[in-house]
Formats: sequence, C-alpha cells, structure tokens
Amino acid sequence: MATVLDKPSSPVTPPSAGGGRGGQFRPKNAPSSLFDPKIIKRAVLESFVKLDPRTVAKNPVMFVVEVGSVLTTFYWVRELVTKTGNPLFTGQVALWLWFTVLFANFAEAMAEGRGKAQADSLRKAKTQSTARRLVGNKEESVPGTALRKDDLIVCEAGEVIAGDGVVVEGIASVDESAITGESAPVIRESGGDRDAVTGGTKVLSDRIVIRITANPGESFLDRMISLVEGAKRQKTPNEIALSILLAGLTVIFLLAVVTLLPYAVYSVRAAGSGVAPSVTVLVALLVCLIPTTIGGLLSAIGIAGMDRVMQHNVLAMSGKAVEAAGDVNTLLLDKTGTITLGNRQAAEFLPLPGVTVEELANAAQLSSLADETPEGRSIVVLAKEKYGLRGRELAAHEAEFIPFTAQTRMSGVNIDGMEVRKGATDSVKKFVQEKGGRIPTELDEITTRIASAGGTPLAVSLNDKVLGIIYLKDVVKGGMRERFDALRAMGIKTVMITGDNPLTAKAIADEAGVDDFLAQATPEDKMALIKKEQAGGKLVAMTGDGTNDAPALAQADVGVAMNSGTQAAKEAGNMVDLDSNPTKLIEVVEIGKQLLMTRGALTTFSIANDVAKYFAIIPAMFLATYAELGSINFLKLGPGGTSSSAESAILACVIFNALIIIALIPLALRGIAYKPISAAATLRRNLLIYGFGGLVAPFPAIWIIDRFLVLLRLA
Amino acid sequence: MTFNGILQIALFFGVLLLTVKPMGLFMARVFTGERTFLSPVFGPVERGLYRLFGVREDEDMKWTTYAFAMLAFSVMGLFLTYILLRLQGVLPLNPQGYGPKQMTPDLAFNTAVSFTTNTNWQSYAPDYTLSYFSNMVALAPHNWMSAATGIAVALALVRGFARRSAEGIGNFWVDATRAILYVLLPISLFYALILVQQGVPQNFAEYTKAATLEGASQTIGQGPVASQEAIKMLGTNGGGFFNANSAHPYENPTPLTNFLEMLSIFLIPAALTYTFGKMVGNVRQGWALLGAMSVMFLVGTFVCYGFEAAGNPQVQALGVPGGNYEGKEVRFGIANSALFAAITTAASCGAVNSMHDSFTPIGGLIPLFNIMSGEVIFGGVGAGLYGMLMFAILAVFIAGLMVGRTPEYLGKKIEQYEVKMAMLATLVLAASILGGTALGANLNLPKEPESTFATKLNQFPGTAYGSSSDTFYGATYNNVNNSGPHGLTEILYAYTSATGNNGSAFAGITANTPFYNVTLGLAMLIGRFLMIIPLLAIAGSLAAKKLVPASAGTFPTDTGTFVLLLIGVVLIVGALTYLPALALGPIVEQFQMSGGKLF
Amino acid sequence: MLRQLRPALMSVLAFTIITGLFFPFAITGISQVLFPKQARGSLIEQNGKIIGSELIGQTFAQPGYFHSRPSAAGGGYDAGASSGSNLGPTSSKLIKGIEDDPATKDADESYSGIPQLAVAYRKENNLAADASVPADAVTRSASGLDPEISPENAALQAPRVAAARKLGEDAVRKLVDENTAGRTLGLFGEPRVNVVLLNLALDKAAPDSKPKPAASPAP
Repeated sequence: MATVLDKPSSPVTPPSAGGGRGGQFRPKNAPSSLFDPKIIKRAVLESFVKLDPRTVAKNPVMFVVEVGSVLTTFYWVRELVTKTGNPLFTGQVALWLWFTVLFANFAEAMAEGRGKAQADSLRKAKTQSTARRLVGNKEESVPGTALRKDDLIVCEAGEVIAGDGVVVEGIASVDESAITGESAPVIRESGGDRDAVTGGTKVLSDRIVIRITANPGESFLDRMISLVEGAKRQKTPNEIALSILLAGLTVIFLLAVVTLLPYAVYSVRAAGSGVAPSVTVLVALLVCLIPTTIGGLLSAIGIAGMDRVMQHNVLAMSGKAVEAAGDVNTLLLDKTGTITLGNRQAAEFLPLPGVTVEELANAAQLSSLADETPEGRSIVVLAKEKYGLRGRELAAHEAEFIPFTAQTRMSGVNIDGMEVRKGATDSVKKFVQEKGGRIPTELDEITTRIASAGGTPLAVSLNDKVLGIIYLKDVVKGGMRERFDALRAMGIKTVMITGDNPLTAKAIADEAGVDDFLAQATPEDKMALIKKEQAGGKLVAMTGDGTNDAPALAQADVGVAMNSGTQAAKEAGNMVDLDSNPTKLIEVVEIGKQLLMTRGALTTFSIANDVAKYFAIIPAMFLATYAELGSINFLKLGPGGTSSSAESAILACVIFNALIIIALIPLALRGIAYKPISAAATLRRNLLIYGFGGLVAPFPAIWIIDRFLVLLRLA
Repeated sequence: MTFNGILQIALFFGVLLLTVKPMGLFMARVFTGERTFLSPVFGPVERGLYRLFGVREDEDMKWTTYAFAMLAFSVMGLFLTYILLRLQGVLPLNPQGYGPKQMTPDLAFNTAVSFTTNTNWQSYAPDYTLSYFSNMVALAPHNWMSAATGIAVALALVRGFARRSAEGIGNFWVDATRAILYVLLPISLFYALILVQQGVPQNFAEYTKAATLEGASQTIGQGPVASQEAIKMLGTNGGGFFNANSAHPYENPTPLTNFLEMLSIFLIPAALTYTFGKMVGNVRQGWALLGAMSVMFLVGTFVCYGFEAAGNPQVQALGVPGGNYEGKEVRFGIANSALFAAITTAASCGAVNSMHDSFTPIGGLIPLFNIMSGEVIFGGVGAGLYGMLMFAILAVFIAGLMVGRTPEYLGKKIEQYEVKMAMLATLVLAASILGGTALGANLNLPKEPESTFATKLNQFPGTAYGSSSDTFYGATYNNVNNSGPHGLTEILYAYTSATGNNGSAFAGITANTPFYNVTLGLAMLIGRFLMIIPLLAIAGSLAAKKLVPASAGTFPTDTGTFVLLLIGVVLIVGALTYLPALALGPIVEQFQMSGGKLF
Repeated sequence: MLRQLRPALMSVLAFTIITGLFFPFAITGISQVLFPKQARGSLIEQNGKIIGSELIGQTFAQPGYFHSRPSAAGGGYDAGASSGSNLGPTSSKLIKGIEDDPATKDADESYSGIPQLAVAYRKENNLAADASVPADAVTRSASGLDPEISPENAALQAPRVAAARKLGEDAVRKLVDENTAGRTLGLFGEPRVNVVLLNLALDKAAPDSKPKPAASPAP
C-alpha cells in the first residue's frame, strides 16, 4: 500500500472570510464522522442489493467484473463436480472477483449513505406538517400534502410552515434550521427580497399569511430530499467522458486478454511445453488490468462531491453545476455583503469653509436620529464618540422626519423650523439651489476626493446652506485579499459588482484585491458582462438574491442563489446557498475542482497499477512454457520463485485489485488534498503521487499478499 | 556502440532539427494560401487543376464533406490501381512480360490498398512481379496522393484547433493539391536528380544481362528507380522498387543517399509540428510535440543501436566477434542500419536498409514498438501529427482532470465527443493488430485449394487465381521463416505494420497468400480510415467550439511536464495493449538468445 | 457530397498523369543527359560486353579473386531477386546450419549457417581454427547484392589472393587500399572495399594470373 495515499486529506478549510452571517465553514450537515457505523451497516446491505446486473450494467467496468465473477463461479462449480482442475484456486478467484464488485458497490453505498441519512431527517420535517388553509375568510386544517399552488395559508408562532411560498402579509421570525442547520432565526416579511419561506421551517414569532408556490412533490424540500439522496443523479459531462475512456480501456484490455489465448496456444506449440492458460486465469488477468479502481469508485466520487457541497450548506441542483464550478473562469461577486461588510460606516465629517466640524456633526446627527439604517446609526455614533454630541430626545421638539425615497435620494428632518437634509451630493445641491442657496466649489472637490478614495460622500445641508460632507466608508472583510490571491493562482478572475460610481468602486476593488469591477451596475449591465465573458469562452459564476438577479443567475454557468432571496432567484440559479453567504461560492469552486482532481488522480493511479500487475502475472503465467521469462519476473512470483505455481501470483493480483478499492474509499469520499496552486504545479504534484506512486506501490503489496497466500497454503 | 556511430545519429538529428523551422514555416505559408516563391510557377497550374476538378478554392468544407472527399479520392485511386495492376500484362513498359499470373486478384487488392493507404506493404517481390508501368503509373502516384491525403487530414485537424466557432475545416482538394504541387513535387525533383547522380538508375531498359568476372551470367534489374525512390521516402511511403528496398544498392547506393533518405523520411513529419504551432498561433506548442517525438525516437534509436552493436552471443561464440551483421549492408554498418530502422518505423515509411527480421530481439522490438505506438513518433506525413494530436487529446483529458478543470487543449474543451472518437481510433487499431495476429498465429486453413473456403479466398475478389502452390494454404503460422517466438513476432509485425500503415516487415513471412493478402489488406484499410474519420470528426467538433482563454488554471501544454505526460500516455497505451504479445515474442526471445536456445 | 465525385475522379487522373508519367519521364530525360552512366545503372563494360554493375555485387569463388559476402539473393547475387536471409537470432538454421539429409538423394537440404561459413572462410584463408572472422564475411547482407566487404575482411583475404595470383602481398594490399572507400566526409557510413572494382583492378594489374571463367556458371 502506498503510504502517500493513506494520508487523509483534510476537508477544505479555507481561511475564514469573517463577517456575514455565515462566517463559519465547518460543514453543518456533516455526520460526526466519515464512517458512521449506522451508515456502514446500511452500506453493507446495499452492496449486496446493488449486485443486480441491471444496476451494475450502468458501469461497464464493474459489469465486466461481475460477468467474470459469474464465469469463474461456474468453472469453480464445474471443477468441484467433475473433480478436475484446481477448485481451491478457481474458487478463490471467483470469491475475490465477487468481492471486487461488492467493494465497489460498498463505496457507492457509503457515498450515498450520508445523503440518505440526511434525507431521512428532512423527510421527518415534511411529514409533521399540517396547514391552516384560508378559504375566503375561513381557515380550515388540511395536511401539508393537500396544498396546491396559490393556496393561502396562515402560520403563527410555533407552527411549521407546510409548503414553499411567499409571505403576502405580515412579518415573522422563522427558524430554518431544519433545512439550513443554522439555529439563528431569520426574518421573513411580505414585499421585498425576503419574502420567500420554505416548507418544513418553523415560525417562531408573529403571524404571516403565505401564498403557496409549489405543488406537492415539487417543493424545495422534496427537491432537496431527492438531491441529497442522489435519486435522480445524472452523470456529469466529465464523468461521462471519463466513463467512455474507461470503457474504451476495458475493451482494449479485453482484446489484449482474449488474444493472449491464441498467442499462448502458438507459444505452447512452439516451445513444446506448458499449457495454455485457463479461462479462470484469463478472467483474473482481465479483471486485474481493467481500471476497476477508478471504475469502482467513480460514482462514489461524484456522489461524495455533491455531498461535500451539501455539507457546506449549498444545495446544488445538479452535479453538472458543481463540476462547472470547478471550471469557472470569472467570478462575479457583489460588493456588499461579499467583499465588504454589509454596511458602510461614517468615518469622518468634512465641513465646507466657514462651517465648523461641530456644526456639521450636529446637523448630521440630527438628520440621522430617525434613520434606522446602519449607515444612519453609524453617523449618530460617530458624532457622539468624536464630538461628544449625545442623541437628543426628539419628542420634546416638533420634529417631522423626511424619509429616504428613490426620487429625492435624501432623508432628513424638519425640526424647530430648521430643514436638515442629508443625501447624495447632487440631490442636496439641487435641494439647496431650489431654496436659493449657493453652492461652494469645494463641495464637488470633497465629493470627488471621497469617492476616489472608495468612500461614499453624503452631503448635509441646513436650510439653504450646504454644511459639509459625511464620509461613509466601506469596510472590506478581513482575509478577502488572500482568498482572491488564491483564486488568481487557480486562474479565476474576480469581478466586483457594485452600484457605486467607478471611482468608489475602483478604490474598494484595489483595497480588496479583486481583478476587475463593474461600477454603477444595473441588472442589465450584469447580464451584459456575463454574456460578454461567455462569448469569450469563459465560464461565469455569480451569486444573487433579488428577483432582478434572476435572469443573470440563469445566464451564468454557475448561479448561486441565496436562500434568503426571492423564490425567482432560487428558481433561476443552479445552486442555493442555505446560509445565504455569498463568499461560499469560493468553496464551491474548490469542491468542483477537487471532484475532478480526485477522478483524474485515481484514473492515473488505476492505469499505472497495471504495469506492476503485468510484471507480476505474465512471467508467472508463461514460466512453464518459456522458462526464460523468469528474467523479467522481478517479484520472483510463480514457479521457481515464491511458490510452485503461477496461481499465487495471479491470486495476489486479484486480491490486491479488490483491496485497493476498499483502501481508497476514504480518499474517494473526502477527495484528494487540494491546494490553490497553479495548474502546472498541481499536475506535477498529482502525477508524482498518483502516477509514479501507482507505478511503484503495487509491487511490494502484491509481493506481500503472495507471501501470505503461500504461507497459508492457499495457493 | 562506437563513437562514430553515436556521432552519426547525433549529426542526423541535428541536421533534421535545422530543417524544421524553415520547412514548417514554408508549409504554413503554403497551406494558409499565402504567396511563396513557388507561386509564380505553380499558381497557374494550381488554378488550372481546380478548374479541371470543378472545385472552388475558397469553398470551406464541413468535416463530413471533407471526410467524404478524402474517401472518394482514396477509393477512386484504389480502383484505378487495382485495374491497372491486373491489366499490367497488356499495358506498355513491361520488358519482363509480367502479367496477371504474377499479380493475382488478392495480391492486386492487397497492393492497391497498401499504396492507397500510404502503407506500401509489399506482399510480393517487385523484382519479379511488377512491370515498370505498374511501378510507375499504378503505384507511384499513390506515393504522392496518399502523402497529400495525410497532410490534408493533419491540416484539417490543426484547423479544428485554430478556428473558433467555425463550421468548416478547410477544403480537401485545395490541401491535397497544394501538398503535391508546392511541397512534394519541387523537393522530389531535385532529390531524384541527386539520387541519380549518386548511382540510382533511371531508365526504361530491360533487365541487364551481364557476364560476371567469373563468367557467370547475372540479370540486373533496372527501371525508373530514382523518380520513385525520392517520393517513396519523402512521402513516408516506403514501397521499394526492388525487393530489398533501400538496402538494394540501386535504391540506396552510398552513405550520402542513405543520409538523404533518412532525412527525407522525417523532413515533412518533423516540420509539420512547426506548421501546427504556427497555425494555432503558438510555435511552442509545435515544439512540445516535436520534443515528445524526439525523446521517444532517440531513446528507441539508441536502444536499438545498443542491442545491434552488442550482437548475438551465439554468433560470437562461433568466433565471429562484434555486432549483428546478418541482414545488414557493409556501406551502412550497424549504426546506420539501426538508425534507419528506427526512423522508418517511427515515421510510417516502411522502407528498410537492413532486414529487421534478422535484428536481435530487442533491436527488432524497437521498430515494432515504434509502429505500435500508433505511428506518432514523427509518423507518416500528416499521419504522425494527427496521431500525436490524438494522443495529446487523451493526455490532456487525464491531465485536465488531475488539475481540476474540464480538460482543454489549445483553448478547446476536450469533452466526451472527442474522448469517444479518440478512444474509438485507439481501440480499432488495437483490435486490428491483436486480432489479426491471433488469426495468423493459429489459423489452419484447408490445405487443398479446391476446398470451398480456400477457393472462395482464392477467387476474391473476382476473377480466377493464377498460381497454385499449396504452400500458400494450410496452417497460416507455417508461413513464417523462423520458428519459436520469432515466428510469432513475424506475424505480429505483419499486422502491426499493416494496421500502422508502415509497410516494413519481418520479411521472412510469406505474405503473398490469399489469407494474408486479404486480412492484411483489411488491416491497412482499418488502420488508415478508421483512424482518419474519427479524427476528422474531432476536427469538426473542435472547430465549432469557442476558444477558452488560457489562465493560471489552464494547464500549459508547451512545457516539459506536458511533454513527459504525452510520452507517458503514448508509451503506456502502447505497452498495456501489446505487452502480453511482446512478452511471448521479442522479449522472451531476447532471453532465449542469451541462453542459447534455438528454434 | 456527391459533388465531390467529379473532383475525386479528375484529381486521381490528373495526379496519376502528373506524378506517374510526367514526373518519371522528366527525371529520366534530365538524368540521361546529366548523368547517363548512373542513370543506366553504373554498368561496367569490358570489350563491348557488360560484365556487371559497379553497385551490384557478384559471386566470386576462385582463390584469385576477393570473395564477396554470402548472399541470399536467389542462388547468390541474383540481381533480379534481391533478398536477405531473414533469419532471426534464434534461428537454428542460421546459428547451426542444416546438413544434407542423406536419406533424400535427389534433394540437397543443406544450408550454410554461420559456423559452416566461418569454417570455410578460415580454411580458404589459412586461418587458425579458432581465429576470429569478420562479421561481414559470414553474414548475408540485406539485399543479397552487397558489392562491398569490410577492409578487415579484405585484409584477411589478401594473402590468399596474392598467393593465387603469384603477386606480392604488398601489391595486393595496395590495390585493396586504392579500392577502399572511407566514410563520406569522414563521418557517414562505414569504410568498405568494393569487391567487383577491386577484382577488376586485380585483373588489370595482373592480367596473366586472371582466373579462368568457371566451367559451369554459378546459378
């Protein structure tokens, strides 16, 4: 056994990006251990169920092994009955061939096992629910399964939401832990981008009315169950291509082994000694040569990859999406919430000439007292901390609050005859000019300066006078630069999407270390960017949550919708992040790459193994015909070497071939170690470990097994 | 191995490398339709030919059309050759009076297929089978046309990589015509004249009757040798004018002609890698392919040379020291014989200047394995490049997975369609070689020509069969000249050579029997067209794809790592497929030779 | 698709004519003018009779001539049937040879393998029974028409030829040297002695001792 392979690869633990409500990358849905005894028990049973030839036939490599098992079993029985041949040997070959198939089935069942366990708990959430359906003004109690699209239901605190839907009335805090594993409740309210609720989640407070959006069997929970179970798992494009390669290799080896018989007949005739190999020996040779290692683990790798995505609380709608994630060239990341902390914070007050800082701070604080946005709060706090201005009790005054609207792009307060406003510089300018005020030239200078430094300028005015500017600053999350550097090393370009003006965008882009940015982005701009990148042959990934993101999510090759987002967004994307953490995209990319790498590495390993098997079997097989072949019998197996016959060598290879599948199951399930280094470096590394390792490893292993067999007098 | 021997090999390779860039650049210009210094001469001829053919120079073909045109061209040539060969008795330039008795139907089929497919396997000894007319008009034109076909197919595949979102992969007629007019014709013209100057005959005289110094009579074969010799090497065809091929003093009289013949085998295959690099816009990609070819070639050459120079201990025990001289000419010696053998099999030429059958087992394994590699170590004109690109596709597929990306080569994604086609080609070749050998090594045909099966084979594909010697029937494995493992190698070599479209032989085998003529003919057809068609399909599929821009995540295909990987894939696919057969052939024989076992 | 049939037919015909007729005739025409001797096969004429070609080896059996290598072409140096032995390294026929089966009186099954050839060579040239023999002297060439032998081979034969011709060994060696070609440019190929030309030179240098034509010509 190659020790290099036994080194468990640690699950992906990227540097924490901090911030956001995710922030934690420990897989939440993962069972406590890779080998949960319950899962193992179920997998063992499953491995026998999967012996059904109709199931095995989907995997040409293993199908050949199963046919071989049947064939050798037949010969074994015949030898037992007719008392000819060597039933001990034939029986052992047959046994180990059956084991080979069983081990492959076991690997697949293990990979599926974790999903199944999870599906079971999800099903529980589903079956418990009953619903209060609104008919006219009356409520009626119906089972969750009776709900149809466009039904209205009511949910109150303590009740489980019976189906997917949108909140049409009310606001509530909802516990979504049944699906996301995240225990902190989330707010769901009608209107806006937080109106989607999922069946199986629980309302913790208040009362909401929900319009059902999915028929039974089509709900998110249903889809999730079938996804984690892998019930409708389709092979991914690369998996199909690899299967073709493996099937092709299998046929080549079939040819090589089938034609070996006539060559052997010729040789026996020419040498006048020895006998042509038996069918059992040829079958054993064939099974040793065909790529059973990767063939047996291929589907397990795929399922485990999906499962790893799931452990990161991302629900991939198809394996294809995960695979595509590994290929992504361009990553579109929303600035807010992904690259920067969700909120900008006031950093400084910049008064215009003739205005004191205190005056400005005072007005700014006044205008923000009623502003419950994080930005507004940060202004109040800054004024208090820096200038000792305490928040005042406004009730004492006659105050009228002017809320922010998209038209005015300002907010403020009218208090004691004073009109205080804060907002975008242009808007405030316009407001002041309408009042007949004068605009100092310095205003634009400061505005530009702040914008170019990546900040957001907010102008503050008092009546017809502009007082100055509040400098709102974006705060870039910690560790982002390192992550973008890692992505760059993998060849992935990051593009920051922001509604900010180009100057602001550039400054933040520089600070965060992204490669490019799209400023003042509208959904149309985003769409155009995706199409442009795709036209250049690139694969684009993006995250989104709003309804207006839906077309872009659909257009992108990998679209990750936030679970907190709208139903439309979730429908359009091909993944849903249950944690609603946009940074997660990076992990998904890594898992996608790891998935392909594991397949490639095990394929290489499997093929490299064949060299050793040839050297173990061929000389041993023909020593009786051509004694001279002893010269390439490096392992000294077979007659004249470790035993009196070639059978121990053949059996040792068959056993090695079966055991290596078991030995590599952990690797297949975890994926091979992944490092964000360039492709060339990755290739060198994997070629060395799995190519060269695969070439060398079987020699000692086969030798040891052979010694055991001889020692135990099994051959 | 001697210092001079190593020096000769090194010099050959050095000179070859010097030709790569100018020749490759020239071909890139020719095949992208740019003007060259030859345009004033051949431009009008070229346009005249297009008018005659009824084709438009600017018409772009889809891969299916391209494949159909290529097939139509080949099949048309095949029929014409078959008819001319069968009719040689009534055609002119036949001083020796050879007729259908020599050129039986199965032999005519085998020969027509052989020359059409650029194999030039010769089941017959031309010296006493073929008229000058047959050599010159029925066979030699295929040396040009099959070479042009190979170049055209390679270009089509290169365009598949170079183009983006395109429907077509070029125009077969234009590619083939330009290959003949601008590349093959001018070089052959000067080359043939140099050969004549060195002593290669060029006449239409009867065989010369000479009275030797000791008074014996000697019949010396003559003919238009030089004109056929030039293109035979340049087009990697290899079909000799005489039975002994390039070992015959009339085909290869001096060390200088030998050097030129070796160089001309590799000239176009080597330069095409540069043409490829140029056309895909990155010459390093071409150098990488050339690098992989060179490493495999040089290693093989030195192994072969080493074993030939070490010689046969059984012969040395008889008081004959030194290397293995059996089947080698004094003027070439061991180094040039080993080098020529490696070249002619690495490229799918098949001309020989020494008898591979008499090589030491491992010395003979190298030529055999060179062909088994899929004829990608330089390979046939065009065929080597497209074969190597097929392996590159497989290599990139595995490498791509290992770096965690959908594999891409030169910006083109390698997906299931490409893998399927590449595997199909690999598989069919393996099936043809292994299956054919399995039959040849064991089939026991009815001994009497009258019996039904033999009669059927006998009459294939039509008219009556001329000669009837019963050595042509019976056990097919008795047609070998050597017993033991060496006999198996002779059969294996025959099917490998036919499938690989090489044409060289372990010439002891008596292949001019209905069984071998027909099965080897089929192997040649399979090896040629079931390789080309999947590759053209790949070309079509690739051309339609978008170009994925390279990034740090793309694994670079112009580096040493890739070269090594490519070599690894070629060797491993070859080794895994053929190791059992090789173990029972040359490998065991090598140990038997050292151990003194004879058959 | 079917549109491609016309170009297929026309191109095959056109290229056959260009490359199968024009080209060889053009080469023939030019070379007959430029290199007439070589184009006709580098034939050697003596007294109006063609006695062979400079490039094609001949069988020499008489002691007064240098002997060529063994040949597998027809019955030996049959220039209408070029061929090597194609015997492999584990061939008993090659390594041991075959002796005539006395049971079949009509047929001669014997085949001279390397040991028989080596014994004969040593005997002809008065060498010790265990003397080393040059490889080219006992191996069959690829073409069966190899006109040349190695200088070592010629050197071992020189005393025999000198004795048969009653010439000084030095004189014979001088002729050998004159007919020895070195490597081209000192690099390519191997040093070699053209047997046909050497024997011609011998006849010219010592016409009196010219061996008589054999009574029954070799096949």
